[in-house]
Amino acid sequence: MAKLTAAIVGPGNIGTDLMYKLLRSDVIEPRWMIGVDPSSEGLRLAAGQGLEASHEGVDWLLKQDELPDLIFEATSAYVHREYAPRYEEAGIRAVDLTPAAVGPAVIPPVNGEEHVAAMNVNMITCGGQATIPMVAAVSRAAAVSYAEIVASVSSMSAGPGTRANIDEFTRTTASGVETIGGAEHGKAIIILNPAEPPMIMRDTIFCAVSPDADRDAIVASVFAMEKAVQEYVPGYRLLQEPQIDDPSPATRGQTKVSIFVEVEGAGDVLPPYAGNLDIMTAAATQVGQNIARSML
Amino acid sequence: MNDRDILTRVWSDDLDLRLTDTCLRDGSHHKRHQFTAQEVHDIVEALDASGVPVIEVTHGDGLGGSSFNYGFSRTPEQELIRIAAETAKRAKIAFLMLPGVGTKDDIRAAQDNGGQICRIATHCTEADTSIQHFGLARELGLETVGFLMMSHTQPPEVLAKQARIMVDAGNQCVYVVDSAGALVMEQTADRVAAVEAEIGHEATVGFHGHENLGLGVANTVIAARAGATQIDGSVRRFGAGAGNTPLEAFVGVCDKLGWRTGIDFLTIVDASEDVIKPAMPEECQLDRMTLMMGYAGVYSSFLKHAGNAADRYGVSGAKILLEAGRRKLIGGQEDQLIDIALMLKREGRDLAEQEAEHKKEAANSRA
Repeated sequence: MAKLTAAIVGPGNIGTDLMYKLLRSDVIEPRWMIGVDPSSEGLRLAAGQGLEASHEGVDWLLKQDELPDLIFEATSAYVHREYAPRYEEAGIRAVDLTPAAVGPAVIPPVNGEEHVAAMNVNMITCGGQATIPMVAAVSRAAAVSYAEIVASVSSMSAGPGTRANIDEFTRTTASGVETIGGAEHGKAIIILNPAEPPMIMRDTIFCAVSPDADRDAIVASVFAMEKAVQEYVPGYRLLQEPQIDDPSPATRGQTKVSIFVEVEGAGDVLPPYAGNLDIMTAAATQVGQNIARSML
Repeated sequence: MNDRDILTRVWSDDLDLRLTDTCLRDGSHHKRHQFTAQEVHDIVEALDASGVPVIEVTHGDGLGGSSFNYGFSRTPEQELIRIAAETAKRAKIAFLMLPGVGTKDDIRAAQDNGGQICRIATHCTEADTSIQHFGLARELGLETVGFLMMSHTQPPEVLAKQARIMVDAGNQCVYVVDSAGALVMEQTADRVAAVEAEIGHEATVGFHGHENLGLGVANTVIAARAGATQIDGSVRRFGAGAGNTPLEAFVGVCDKLGWRTGIDFLTIVDASEDVIKPAMPEECQLDRMTLMMGYAGVYSSFLKHAGNAADRYGVSGAKILLEAGRRKLIGGQEDQLIDIALMLKREGRDLAEQEAEHKKEAANSRA
């Protein structure tokens, strides 16, 4: 079967993990790994897998005779904002794993097929990938006036990109909670916890729904969404049954739905605690494959 | 040598130590974020009149903290900052922000409302998440302070390295923050001294204490001796957990040691009785729950949330806090307390079922 060719820009944790997932794809062939540091471990690993690995950056890639069909951006929001127009000029589709939010946002089990024709799609953030499906699940059963997500990840799994981009993380995630999750207002909080041994990614999703919302329908929708995410992230699970609190002054008169999830990674290159990175690369792989299938 | 000579550093020619009152920020936890505009006005007026040079006003969890996770504010914090800035005649108004909770836009808004000192808090190993915020704060001409929260969890040399990251990013003062009230005397001094040695020639050092083991004033005195020149406290301990270093008590101690704070002891003691006390839902107590926090090293603002979860699910609040310590939760992870309560409830149920099973077996064997 024909495959689309892909370049991964950014040979850090995310880029390297993504490479292993794409190597297993039957519709995408990862052919280039692009970095800026000759001593990068990710570049070394990519070369070992038969990819063309360059530390001369995107400028080098765009000068090649053969260009990739797809670029997966795993650098930082600042870098992607700078390069996105050049990818588009060169006719290359971009799947953006930074919170730059240049293109429309995609969450595979919610709107995975919606933007297959876009030149640039955004994967929001790891916290968004882990929580927005649940906001959407509640939205399918009841109108959500406000949703708030709290993502706790191990410090070890938060690279320099996430650290430098923490405002972009909260802003982009909150915006995805609204546009894709379906909440009228969204808020996002991220915590980096340095505990040893490292903690597995945990996320809490709070939704405010109307006091007369159908509680059984909400719970059923949440369980169904858990299954849908597990199809591409097997380590995604609810820690508790969704908790429903009656309206009170503390919930500003709304019924409060609390959902607790844990995301254990597949352990491709990164240890299983780094479920935040795994869900990001697994989702990007899904989205890249959807684009590839629409083009092949 | 007299007590004054014992200070290795002083704040300025006029002030040996510069004190910040945090009851309108740390006390927001104790108040469950229910401050009214009138209370903030009255407290700022009283503290300002007593000579407190810096007053911190924000939601307990910093800018943007109003949420399900931390509790919604009764009055928007930006409005409270504006009221505080309009009320204070001498004092500067400080505000707190935590990267990951608030954003740069919140900092801009706080400055527009009259905030002059931007205090940015990270867990004490995550200083590099504050770089963009310090950059902005300095660009805006704000005075900057950095908080290394939960300082008891890391040795002095780690704190010194994290302090360096903040100072390189534009921060002018690094606080050793004993968020859990778990530091004991020399542990405080060693941490302050290590940070001072690393950044002391470019920036100042501060100390923020909690009372969960009853050591707020003692830790603060020893921090000042070790080189801290900015000191936090809350009048009447009005803060999270068992509260903060009682500012009025520390002012009295400074008077006795000859350390100049610029604050009038009798005036601030009157403020404590006449203005702060009426605004408190109850006094900050050293009780089973708060002692557990100091003992297990738990973030002080978990107190009310652990209490809520304990009530909601019928489990022990003290056990929730101990488990939070065992899981090494850090500031901001209040959501996990609900998960712990549900786990304890399940364990309790399992235990009850096991006991019922045993009783049944015993009855059967007797039969």
